[in-house]
Amino acid sequence: MKRKNAVAFAAVCAGLSLLTACGSGSSGGTGTSNNTAGAAAYNAGLNNVVNPSTKAGGTLNYALSNTPDSTDPGNTYYALMWNFSRLYARPLLTFKSAPGADGLKLIPGLATGLGKTSADGLTWTYTIQSGLKFEDGSAITTKDVKYAIERSTNYAPSVLPNGPTYFQQYLTDPTYPGAYKDTTPDKMGLKGIDTPNDTTIVFHLQHPFADFDYLVTNPQTAPVPPAKDTGSNYQTHPMSSGPYMFSTYDPNKGFTLVKNPQWSASSDPNDKQLVNTINVAFNVQAADIDSRLLNGSLDVDMDGTGVQTAARARILGNKALQVKADDATTGFLYYAALNTQVAPLNNVDCRKAIMYAVNKTTQQTAYGGPIAGGDIASTVLPPTVSGYQRADQYAATSQPNGDTAKAKSALQACGQPNGFSINIAARGDRPKEVSAAQGIQEALAQVGIKAQIQQYPTGSYYSTYAGVPNFVHQHDLGIILGGWGADWPDGFGFLSQIVDGRAIKAAGNSNLQEENNPQVNQLLDKATQTSDATARNKIYAQIDQIVMSDATILPEVYSKALLYRSPNVTNAFVTEAYGMYDYTQLGKA
Amino acid sequence: MITFIVRRLLGAVLMLLVVSMVTFAVFFLVPRIAGQTTDQLATQYVGRNPSVTQIHAMEVKLGLDQPIYVQYGRFLKGIVAGADYDAGPDRTHCPAPCFGYSFKNQQPVWPQMLSALPVTGSLAIGAAILWLVTGVGIGVLSALKRGSIFDRTAMSAALAGVSLPIFFTALLSLAIFRDSVPLFPDAGNFIPFSESPGRWAEALVLPWVTLAFLYAALYARLTRAGMLETMNEDFIRTARAKGLSERKVVVKHGLRATLTPIVTIFGLDLGLLVGGAILTETAFSLPGLGRFAVNAITNQDLPEILGVTLLAGFFVVLANLIVDVLYAVVDPRVRY
Repeated sequence: MKRKNAVAFAAVCAGLSLLTACGSGSSGGTGTSNNTAGAAAYNAGLNNVVNPSTKAGGTLNYALSNTPDSTDPGNTYYALMWNFSRLYARPLLTFKSAPGADGLKLIPGLATGLGKTSADGLTWTYTIQSGLKFEDGSAITTKDVKYAIERSTNYAPSVLPNGPTYFQQYLTDPTYPGAYKDTTPDKMGLKGIDTPNDTTIVFHLQHPFADFDYLVTNPQTAPVPPAKDTGSNYQTHPMSSGPYMFSTYDPNKGFTLVKNPQWSASSDPNDKQLVNTINVAFNVQAADIDSRLLNGSLDVDMDGTGVQTAARARILGNKALQVKADDATTGFLYYAALNTQVAPLNNVDCRKAIMYAVNKTTQQTAYGGPIAGGDIASTVLPPTVSGYQRADQYAATSQPNGDTAKAKSALQACGQPNGFSINIAARGDRPKEVSAAQGIQEALAQVGIKAQIQQYPTGSYYSTYAGVPNFVHQHDLGIILGGWGADWPDGFGFLSQIVDGRAIKAAGNSNLQEENNPQVNQLLDKATQTSDATARNKIYAQIDQIVMSDATILPEVYSKALLYRSPNVTNAFVTEAYGMYDYTQLGKA
Repeated sequence: MITFIVRRLLGAVLMLLVVSMVTFAVFFLVPRIAGQTTDQLATQYVGRNPSVTQIHAMEVKLGLDQPIYVQYGRFLKGIVAGADYDAGPDRTHCPAPCFGYSFKNQQPVWPQMLSALPVTGSLAIGAAILWLVTGVGIGVLSALKRGSIFDRTAMSAALAGVSLPIFFTALLSLAIFRDSVPLFPDAGNFIPFSESPGRWAEALVLPWVTLAFLYAALYARLTRAGMLETMNEDFIRTARAKGLSERKVVVKHGLRATLTPIVTIFGLDLGLLVGGAILTETAFSLPGLGRFAVNAITNQDLPEILGVTLLAGFFVVLANLIVDVLYAVVDPRVRY
């Protein structure tokens, strides 16, 4: 999911965290839920549906601190939009609307079941339900699904630039020019997808890809009727295939959804159509969102990244408010990348010195402490991602204040017994990240490593500075702070962009440490060809251990966020798939 | 007078041209001088982990691969003659004045600014009426009752108004009158006047008062100082000697002379505010031009930044023009 830009910190953070974890009694919270289903209690929304109700009617009011990257299902990379867009754009598959680990289960959306793969793993076939209709009453067919992918960021990046491009990477015919330059009469020219009939769709892959079912949960697979496609203007009124449809849209103010009369609960048992109207307001100041939530004039903070400092203190200090809060694990990892191309960090022992020297408790405090910041991390994969295996190579949890003796020993091994000088890159407009950089600076000073903090703006952090290897090398940015969330909740979805050496780019690079270990690359390839989930997860755990041994990623915290669950809403729970409340289920009390 | 207005209008156009050139240079030229490449610029407007194809497609679409002067020429042409944009299935025509398409949301900038304008206009005009009436009124009374308890209290309040930043008074007013004592539960939740005048006013009362508090304080102090000076002038003594009523002396002779600098400043203040009351709109989350500007800067959305800067510049220039004309009306000496 998409990285947050400068002022849209909250929105991007949501974008980065597809996974969530909250699971039962996740550590680090100040309390645990001991509630029965339906009762409001602290953390009740992590494992239970709070305030369950079938009451219909009313209006739900959402607010966002910025604007979404797009309301067009083919053009979004924000987790909040992947969650929310299911209200009007049904993908082929989706995540089960359920609290706890059940929320990570894949279930059919438009499809009748999960994908069927061929023996060689090169084709995936889905059947969609018959009789489905768009909001205008026209029939939904697999051609609409194929067209939706043809017009998406995968193949039409100049028109819809924001989404991921996995289909373009994995399907055959990667040079297809996109729906808008497709010269075939029916605009069905993409050879990587066949639609033998109105209810069957077949994907042809270049290489086997075991996670393909996860790919089709993306809103890019929500159907788009070619005749109604208005390209970059489609976001103003996407044709609904879900329980709600667009009524109004203003790119600066927000939009309104109303009930889609063509939707039927029998064809979509996973979603709900309870309230009459859903209002979404853009650009509401984050602190004001909290105030409005607490005074009851707002129902949902759509960012889903937790309340701000002032509201957090107020909620945690007041029992009556605390029972309406959930401390959710977001599935997001904050970390420091140790660049393998910047001397002397091109020596693994110099990197290990940093791994040992850094005080992990300080890092946790910098990110907001155990509740708002998260739990001290000791692995690359967060605990809620499939493939996570508990490990602690550098005693991050058993010796959280750092191990100076081992750090000095590692410095000896790397030939720098008196330490060295290095620069730390951080986003200057993110106070938590700057605090974390200062924490690293202080800890390293104790073992003789002199670190200077270089601050850069969030908006161009990846495009111009930390994500540009040449810039990193020229400015000796040996330590680069960043954060990451998976595109889908398994090891490949988390790791592929940040540890695969082939993913290193000249600009917009996410493999900040420039890890290019052939063994890691091969294991990632092996995972894509391994159909057995258990075997796949073992591979992900193995990759995690190799990266930690390479000492290229210093995990800081498994991120958590304190979410306020308004008593105005019914059926509230945190979905682990997106790390925020499940927006498809909410009703008005 | 007509020659005067025409001359000022031409000057205004020239001024806006200079503003557009400077803004364009700041946001398009300076990054390049600083070493940012066009593909790095384009990377800001695509999703996470963009492919090279994605970045290049965006670079071409936004015209970032063109020389700066070509980009600027296209921008100016769009304002004067409109422009066509690739929307995907077809080309969308953006009629003049076309300030371009947002790099972020791919929507034309001008309609977005038009949508934000009523919010800012409602805020600025309402607050302006409030601060003009209260500020000038308090200033006159303070001057006439110099040294009285009223004068001291009013000037102390004015000092507070001038000293307290808007983001403080705004948050305080929200905390008290919306969150604690919900007299205005919908404060900041803008509803168009045409939809519901009552809710429109309810949403804006706190922003009006907050904004007016600052400006009224300034105007009260300014008016008081002006009145004190004017009331000691010879022509005031002459007016009194002629037997005019005190009311006429104060209003017709004293206040009128004092108003000249007030009108000048009022025009500038109003022009600036209509261009975007950034702090007030941000604090109250009002979707006006100020908030629009903040978001544009946050998102590095260059066409939006250019558009809102030019529009704000236009309002300031327009306000100056109106002030100059009013100046001649208020102070007959200017006409000669």
